Amino acid sequence: MTTPATARSGAPLPGGQPASAWTGSRRRTGDRIFSGTATASGVLILVTLAAVAAFLLYEGYPALIADAEDLPGDKSFFAYVAPLLYGTVLAAVIALLVAFPLSIGIALFISHFAPRKIAAFFGYLVDLLAAVPSVVYGLWGIFFLAPNLVPVYQWLEDVLGFIPFFAGPTSATGRTMLTAGLVLAVMILPIMTAVNREVFLQTPRLLEEASLALGATRWEMIRQTVLPFGKSGIVSGGMLGLGRALGETLAVALVLSPADVITGNLISSVNSNTIAANIALDFPESSGLAVNALIASGLVLFALTFLVNYVARAVIARRREFSGANA
Amino acid sequence: MTSTTVTPPDRKRVQNSLTSGMLPRWVPPAIVAGILAVGLAAGLLFDVNLMLAAAFAVVGVGLVLTVVSRQVEGARRAKDRLVTVVVTSAFVLALLPLVSLLITVVQNGIERFDGEFLTQTMRGVLGEGGGAYHAIVGTLLITAAAAVISVPIGIMCAVYLVEYGRGRLARAVTLLVDVMTGIPSIVAGLFAFAMFAIFFGPSVRFGIGGAVALSVLMVPVVVRSSEEMLKLVPNELREASYALGVSKSRTVVKVVLRTAAAGIATGVTLAVARVIGETAPLLIIAGSTTRLNADLFEGRMSSLPIFTYYSYTIPGVPPEFGVDRAWAAALTLFVIVMLLNLVARAISRYFSLNSR
Amino acid sequence: MAKRIDVSDLDIFYGSFKAVESVNMSIEPQSVTALIGPSGCGKSTFLRSLNRMHEVIPGASVAGKVVMDGQDLYGSDVDPVAVRRHVGMVFQRPNPFPTMSIYDNVAAGVRLNSGRMRKATLDELVESSLRGANLWEEVKDRLGRPGSSLSGGQQQRLCIARAIAIKPEVLLMDEPCSALDPISTLAIEDLIYQLKSDFTIVIVTHNMQQAARVSDRTGFFNIEGTGKPGRLIEMDATQRIFSNPSVKATEDYITGRFG
Repeated sequence: MTTPATARSGAPLPGGQPASAWTGSRRRTGDRIFSGTATASGVLILVTLAAVAAFLLYEGYPALIADAEDLPGDKSFFAYVAPLLYGTVLAAVIALLVAFPLSIGIALFISHFAPRKIAAFFGYLVDLLAAVPSVVYGLWGIFFLAPNLVPVYQWLEDVLGFIPFFAGPTSATGRTMLTAGLVLAVMILPIMTAVNREVFLQTPRLLEEASLALGATRWEMIRQTVLPFGKSGIVSGGMLGLGRALGETLAVALVLSPADVITGNLISSVNSNTIAANIALDFPESSGLAVNALIASGLVLFALTFLVNYVARAVIARRREFSGANA
Repeated sequence: MTSTTVTPPDRKRVQNSLTSGMLPRWVPPAIVAGILAVGLAAGLLFDVNLMLAAAFAVVGVGLVLTVVSRQVEGARRAKDRLVTVVVTSAFVLALLPLVSLLITVVQNGIERFDGEFLTQTMRGVLGEGGGAYHAIVGTLLITAAAAVISVPIGIMCAVYLVEYGRGRLARAVTLLVDVMTGIPSIVAGLFAFAMFAIFFGPSVRFGIGGAVALSVLMVPVVVRSSEEMLKLVPNELREASYALGVSKSRTVVKVVLRTAAAGIATGVTLAVARVIGETAPLLIIAGSTTRLNADLFEGRMSSLPIFTYYSYTIPGVPPEFGVDRAWAAALTLFVIVMLLNLVARAISRYFSLNSR
Repeated sequence: MAKRIDVSDLDIFYGSFKAVESVNMSIEPQSVTALIGPSGCGKSTFLRSLNRMHEVIPGASVAGKVVMDGQDLYGSDVDPVAVRRHVGMVFQRPNPFPTMSIYDNVAAGVRLNSGRMRKATLDELVESSLRGANLWEEVKDRLGRPGSSLSGGQQQRLCIARAIAIKPEVLLMDEPCSALDPISTLAIEDLIYQLKSDFTIVIVTHNMQQAARVSDRTGFFNIEGTGKPGRLIEMDATQRIFSNPSVKATEDYITGRFG
């Protein structure tokens, strides 16, 4: 088997070879092993995702079926997770409300307003925000952002106190739900901006030029072509940001001063905790069924983020196929 | 003929149908400068909150420019100007946290960012002194192990998607890789814990578990960036290799991967930079300790993000030393991440120059 | 070294679309065979079926026989990878490996196939291949430079050197000059003339003057309309095709009435 093969590659003189030199089962085997390994790596992705769900379910299941008095706080798992789920969604929605319009503005600035030559550099600056570790965001949130926001919160309470969100009393440390939401907003800006920038840059030049040729101003051109074209991309970028905000842990764990409540008050010192921050805070000191309960809450978080990300990515993928078919 | 000898100053005043009704170019910057000057003066004189002053300045610029433009240029141009102001300030607003982060971290971290911090552990240290040496070693070990796990899987998965994948399986993998990039880091930590707890019991804490958790976060990033790079390799090179009687696997390894090597290296470096700052999974599965532990498979292992977290939340007595260490660790982490980003850029630049 | 190729009843498919239909052709050894015809007539597809490069495209398949040296290239136990070592190919656009030096590009065929060769033997092979491609004098002082540092015409000759370094019996050329300037084209044409003493050469070209200048025999491909398969209309000595073709369509094409 090996002798003819090495002879052939060692001294390539195919002229005098028997017909068997045309077949190469050894080589085919190498190909099969390689493509098999590659395929296995692809399948491993699917296996890993399934394993994440399976192991979390396995270790979280005891908490799901346990009696209320055995669980932390002496209440059923669902009563335990409900305020956390509420806090998670609330913080993420605040982040989204702030970051969504901002990311569109930033992406438009980089794609259509900034001078061509430095636009890439500006994009890099925004991407740098994604490189900052979340624990650093957390410290920054406590030391810089929270104290600086206290006067703003005081003002909100004084002027807009009639709205339940701003009923107060204002937290003296500034470590509130709104602060957590704002830190999250900064953290999800880069990914949302990146998606928006990409779809804005994909707007067909012909469309843009047709609009400009009709005498539209830059903003009119953007409103007529760029925004409608990028609509689904903007929506899915927002959902990706939402997914990030739902799962962010350490920044929230550091910034938020939590309590076991459900409240709409965004600026007081009594705040709902988030699932992820609750796990980070409680896990190191927990044992027994409390660990199972934390893992089960992690499963809830996984399901939530999976759903949000899946929908976002499916929309992007459909859009990609759609525009590909047109190209 | 005499009318052509107009002097330049006069020509400026001659109205042209294309420039009529336009604001002169110097007007918008002048308005911005004027309002900034007023705002700055007010801020210095009356001790107004700087953030508030900045906010009012932006609104002021938008308002004045729109009104002036409306008078001279009409409603449509005015709206365009307004949008320009809004969009530009959105960008500047995004830079504010970046600048403020940088300043805060450097200002607070530089105090303890010294030789002792980089070379000592926290063993037996209660108040002053001590360092993050054990955490730095732990971070490097765990991240390296995560890279060793993730890079081969990630690259082979990218090879599958670009070179072999067809049909439903490939589409499913593509979609789920994207979904996987969105897995919360704490969930990755819980996954590693849940898996290892089955074999080693509920008190399991070791470095390799952290590496597995980080791999769950890192693999999809490596797949995505490698995939992009493999797609950039021109098909002509694959054909050239096939035409030389080279098998597909050898073509992929020696031509495709080699051509994309620089790009893949850049992507891997960025992926490392992304996971090196992850805190939540390590909190769950790697734990924390005050001494040096260089064995990934045995015992709790500290890491820089965890060191930062605990130095702040459990600072010891008196607390200021712990908080100083937290900032110094944050600065160290920040410097490592920035260095990795620079390395990534250097790799891609060096090789793009070389292959030309 | 050069071999004769006999093609019989060859149909070529992309998925279910039949691109080329029932080609019968004999390609003589130590000669240059030119394939001409309008765009989309299947001549390049046919060329790629001669070294089984066609099936690299997903869904592509072939029916019929291509016999070389008594062996059907599409026989069930034939490895397409092995076929390509006997039938080399040069592409439309020069495609040297960008990460490799000039030297490594020429040695690529041997090295990528994991053949270990003594340095001296490899040096010899590289030099003889570069000489064979009329490139040695131009590059002998900078063999370590990247292959992509050469001009377009030099790159194409580098690709020819790379192809002949694995010592194939047949050399396929798919419009090798269409991306080159006239002077580089002339250099390649001269080279083709020299190479035919060692190789069987099949060249696809859009340029009829080129076919007339370099080839001994010429085949004319045509399609009846879009969506229809391409066919070999006529094949004969080049001189005869260009002076007195037996089919009207051939005459129309070479006199520039269509295509």
